Amino acid sequence: MSEKQTGTGFLGWIDARFPLTKMFEEHLSKYYAPKNFNFWYFFGSLALLVLVIQIVTGIFLTMHYKPDGDLAFASVEYIMRDVDWGWLLRYLHSTGASAFFIVVYLHMFRALIYGSYQKPRELIWIFGMFIFLCLMAEGFMGYLLPWGQMSYWGAQVIISLFGAIPWVGDELTLWIRGDFVISDATLNRFFALHVVAVPLVLLMLVVMHIIALHEVGSNNPDGVEIKKNKDENGIPLDGIPFHPYYTVKDIVGVVVFLILFSVVVFFAPEMGGYFLEYANFVPANQFKTPEHIAPVWYFTPYYAILRAIPDKLMGVIAMFASIGILFFLPWIDRGKVKSVRYRSGAFKLLLVILVVSFIGLGYLGALPATEGRTMFARLFTIGYFGFFVGLWWISKNEATKPVPERVR
Amino acid sequence: MKKLLIIAIGLLLPSIGWSAGGGPTYPNDKIEIDWNDKAAMQRGARTFVNYCMSCHSAAYSRFNRVGADLGIPDELVRENLIFTTDVNGEKTKVGELMKTTMTPEYAEQAFGIVPPDLSLIARSRGVNWLYNYLRGFYVDDSREGIGVNNGVFANVGMPHVMADLQGLQVPKYKTLTDSHGDEQEVIVGFEVLKPGSMTISEYDKTVYELVAFLDYLAEPYKQTRKNVGTGVLIFLFAFLILAYVLKREYWKDVH
Amino acid sequence: MSSEVDNSRRRFLTAGTVVVGAVGTVAVAIPFVKSWSPSARARSAGAPVEANIGKLLPGQLIIVKWRGKPVWIVRRDEKALATLSDLGDSLRDEASDESIQPDYAKNEYRSRKPEILVMEGICTHLGCSPTYRPEITADFKGGFFCPCHGSKFDFAGRVYAGVPAPTNLPVPPHYYINDDVILIGEDGVA
Repeated sequence: MSEKQTGTGFLGWIDARFPLTKMFEEHLSKYYAPKNFNFWYFFGSLALLVLVIQIVTGIFLTMHYKPDGDLAFASVEYIMRDVDWGWLLRYLHSTGASAFFIVVYLHMFRALIYGSYQKPRELIWIFGMFIFLCLMAEGFMGYLLPWGQMSYWGAQVIISLFGAIPWVGDELTLWIRGDFVISDATLNRFFALHVVAVPLVLLMLVVMHIIALHEVGSNNPDGVEIKKNKDENGIPLDGIPFHPYYTVKDIVGVVVFLILFSVVVFFAPEMGGYFLEYANFVPANQFKTPEHIAPVWYFTPYYAILRAIPDKLMGVIAMFASIGILFFLPWIDRGKVKSVRYRSGAFKLLLVILVVSFIGLGYLGALPATEGRTMFARLFTIGYFGFFVGLWWISKNEATKPVPERVR
Repeated sequence: MKKLLIIAIGLLLPSIGWSAGGGPTYPNDKIEIDWNDKAAMQRGARTFVNYCMSCHSAAYSRFNRVGADLGIPDELVRENLIFTTDVNGEKTKVGELMKTTMTPEYAEQAFGIVPPDLSLIARSRGVNWLYNYLRGFYVDDSREGIGVNNGVFANVGMPHVMADLQGLQVPKYKTLTDSHGDEQEVIVGFEVLKPGSMTISEYDKTVYELVAFLDYLAEPYKQTRKNVGTGVLIFLFAFLILAYVLKREYWKDVH
Repeated sequence: MSSEVDNSRRRFLTAGTVVVGAVGTVAVAIPFVKSWSPSARARSAGAPVEANIGKLLPGQLIIVKWRGKPVWIVRRDEKALATLSDLGDSLRDEASDESIQPDYAKNEYRSRKPEILVMEGICTHLGCSPTYRPEITADFKGGFFCPCHGSKFDFAGRVYAGVPAPTNLPVPPHYYINDDVILIGEDGVA
C-alpha cells in the first residue's frame, strides 16, 4: 500500500473535512510497531474481533429475546428453534463470551511477562483493567438472561455477596434485585445494563485503551523502547508500519482463531458443560436449588478464593481484592526491566506460582468444595496473592540480565 | 512424595460415583445415539406421544418441525403424532407447539408437581441417564399410590407408565462398604416379577428409540450445525493458506 | 527494506485475500439477514385458516383473520351480482389484469363460486380497511368504500376509476374443502 498523497479527488474532499487519511496513517500505515512481535501479540486484535462478534450477534439476539421472567427461557429456545439460523446467533454469542475471556486472559498474561504495564504504559494497563471489569459485568449479567437454573442461582449467590458488606449489605442486595428474590425486575435491569449501558462504557474504554497505546507505542518481547533508536526521518529503526505488516500477520491470527472458534460453535457449543452448563437447560425455579452451583469457568478462580476463606465478609473482600490488586500492578512492580527474558529467576518463579495458582483456583472453583479441596484452594490463594507481595519484594533490587539496546 | 502426589490428585479429581453423595445408581449402561437412524427416531416419537405426552409437554418444539426433520409428511404427523387438542377442543394444528392437554393445575393436584417439559431433558440430564432411568423402575410397595420406585431417581413422583411394555421387576441388593467404613445397600440387578408385552431386549430397544427421539428433540438443528460447521472449516482452512502466503510475502521485507 | 519486491505478486495476493475475505463476510451475513424472515412461530400463525360459511346469509359479510389481515367472505345476493356486469367504463381495471388474484378468481365475479366472494379487506391505496356498503343507490351501485381516502370498490372488489386506490382488492388463495367450509391460504389441488 503506497502512501496516499492527499488534496485531490474524493479522498481530498473528505480529508479537508474529516481527518480520514491522517487517522489511517496515525493508527495503521504510519504507526510503527516493533518488528519482533511474537505469538502473544495476536490477542489484542483478537479481543477486538471478539468484541465485534459479541456486539453484532448480541444486537440480533435482542431482536428475538424477551427480558421477562415468564418468557425469557422460552424466548431463548424460540431463538434456537423457530428463528432461522437463530441457533447460530446464540452459539456464536455464548461461545464468544468464553472466547472473550480466553483471549483477554492471554492478552493480560502477555502484559505480565513482557512488563507492558510498566512506565510509561500504566494508563494502558488501567484502561485495560476497566475493560476487564466491564467484561466481567457483561458476563455476569448476560448469564442471567437465559433464565435457566444456573442463571438464576448463580446470580442469587453473587448478589448475596453484597449482603456481606456491613451496615448496608441487606439494603444493598434488595436494591440490586429490586425485589425480595431474583425476579423479573432483576432480569429487566440486567438486560438493560447488559445490552446498552455496559457496552457503551466498554466501547469508550476500548477507544481510550488504543489511543493510549498509540500515544506511547507498543512494548515488545524484549521490553526495549524502539523510539530510542530512530533513523534520520524519525522512524524507529526497529519499527515496521502496522499496516501492511501486522495487518497481514493478524489476518493469519484471526483465521486460526476463527478455526478454533468454529470448532467449538459447530461441534461442541456446550464445551462439556463449561461454556453452557447443563443445569441451565432447566428453566429457573426459585424453589429448587441445583445440587451443585458453579459459576461459568471464567469466574471460577475468584469463586474459589471466596470459598477458601472461612469468613463471609473476609471472603468477599479477598475475592474483590484479587481483582482490585491488579490495578496497582504498575506500582507493585518496582523493577526497571520489563521483559521476562532479562528478569531474574525469582521473577520467573513467581510467574509460575501465579499461573499454577490461577489455574488451580479456576479448576477448584468449578468443583463442589470438600475439605481437601478447600485446603488446596487456600494454598493457591496464598500463591495468587503471594505473587504480588513477592513481586514488590524482589523487584526493588532485582538481579537482572543486561537489556540489549535494540530488539533482537 | 509420590504417595502425597497420588493423594493430591485424588483430592482434586472430580469425584466419581457415590462419594459425591446420593449413592450409586442402577442400571448404569451407556448408549450412543445414531442420528442417521431416522426410523428409530420416528418410532421413538410415536412412543413419546403415546406414553409421555399425556402428562409432559415438549413446548418448545413444533409437530411439523419434528415431521420435517424426521421425514414424516404433515398428513401422517396429524394422524399418528397429534393426540392433543387446542383451547377450542379441536385437534392441535400441525404447526403448533407440542403442549400437553393436561393443565398444570391438574398435574399439581395429581402428582404434587408439574411434570417437567421434555424439550430439553436430553441436554440437562444426558441420554445415558434417561436410558437408565426409563429402565430403572422397580416394585416398591412402600410407595403409596405409585407402587414403584426408581434405581436412578430415588423416590421419583412419576409412575411407571410403560409397565405394560416392560412388566414389573424387583431389585437384587448387595451390601457395599465405602471408604469411610459406612455400609450401604445398593441395587446390583433386577429380577422379573411379572413379564410385560415385550421381552427385555425389545423393551431396551424401545427405550433407546425414545431416548434417541428425546436427543433429537433437545437439539433438532444438531445435524445442520455440524454440516454448516464442516463447510465453514473447509473455507477457513483455504483462507488460512492464502492469508499465510500473503503474510510471508510481505514479511520478506522484515526478515 | 529489501529491494527486490515483486509488486504484482503482492497485488495478486492482496486482491485474492480481499476477495476471499469478502466472500466469507457475505456468507456470514446470510444467517443474520435470514434471521429476519418469518420464524416458525410466525409461519404457524400464518397457516391457512378454515372458515365455515354454512350459516352465511345472502348479503352478509363475515371477517376471518388470516396472517393478521382481515379476509372478507360475502354471500352476494342476486341484486348485487346483477350490478357487476353493467359497471363497465366506470371501473379502472374491469378485467383485473393488473390486480392480484389467483387464476381461478380472475373473472367477472372475482371468485370460485359466483355468489361467494373471498377477499382481503385491505385497501390497495394505503392499507386501510374499507367498509362494506351493501345498499344499492342511484349514486353508488354498492360494494366497498374506504373511509381513509374515499376509494370505492364494487361488489367484486373492483376499484372505480377516479379514486386513489390503484388496483382491485386482492383475492387470497383459497379453496372449498366442502360446500360449507373454505380453507383460506391454500390454492388446493386443481
